[in-house]
Amino acid sequence: MLHAVGLFAVLFGTWILLSGHFTPFLLIAGAVCAALTVAITLRMDLLDQQRDFVGPVWRLPLYWLWLAGQIILWSLIVARQVLAPRLDIDPVLQRLPCSQRSDLAKVMYANSITLTPGTVSTDVGDGEIEVHALTRAAMEDLKSGDMDRRVSATEAKRTKAAAADAP
Amino acid sequence: MILDILSWISIAIGAFFVLVGGIGIWRMPDLFSRMHPAGIIDTAGAGFLLLGLLLQSGDWLVSVKLVLIFVFLLFTSPVATHALAHAALLDGLKPWTRRRDKARDKDGEP
Repeated sequence: MLHAVGLFAVLFGTWILLSGHFTPFLLIAGAVCAALTVAITLRMDLLDQQRDFVGPVWRLPLYWLWLAGQIILWSLIVARQVLAPRLDIDPVLQRLPCSQRSDLAKVMYANSITLTPGTVSTDVGDGEIEVHALTRAAMEDLKSGDMDRRVSATEAKRTKAAAADAP
Repeated sequence: MILDILSWISIAIGAFFVLVGGIGIWRMPDLFSRMHPAGIIDTAGAGFLLLGLLLQSGDWLVSVKLVLIFVFLLFTSPVATHALAHAALLDGLKPWTRRRDKARDKDGEP
């Protein structure tokens, strides 16, 4: 129930932010739309399933800051390679191990890899992830496992309830 | 005034990254290597451009929308890139490598 109320608040808040009009008609329309979405979500039984999301949430902004730094750093590196008179690239396609347990963290890791210029995730499997890198240096940087550890650190610790749920 | 200068600097940096990304897409040898410069455009390029626009917006509703554009871009663009790369690999496209280039076989055909 708490999840449903939270979802309604987020949806209605988004509506207000995006519309910017505070006339009764638009506010009521927004509330109706948000309520309808929550009702459909409840009917589809999509709520209350994401237990693994409740990780150390305060680590997320720290991770995003670090990721932003990595993106700017690798943007500059790839920009230099693009502008070099002789194209000095050495693309590699490789499978790397990944330590995330939840699907959400795996998606986060794969998306972080793709967001960082120089590396693109091409397949996500069980405990490993396939990566295409523009240079060997980019692949080596990923292999050091720094990003992998940082993503896993934002995951929830394995609780008894979660362990019992896991297949 | 200071805000204007900062915003111009940010927009210029963003434009530089978009330009570099464009040049990169043009120079790279195959689909997979082209995706890397394209990644510069929708992270650093779009990020600095939106930051510059954010400093100019002056209205909090506009600012919120600009931030939301950036957030949605950060969630959707890697998914699209991943889907594209995955589909190309499933279809049997072999990535360009240095060795294959030396064999004068740029299209990746055996």
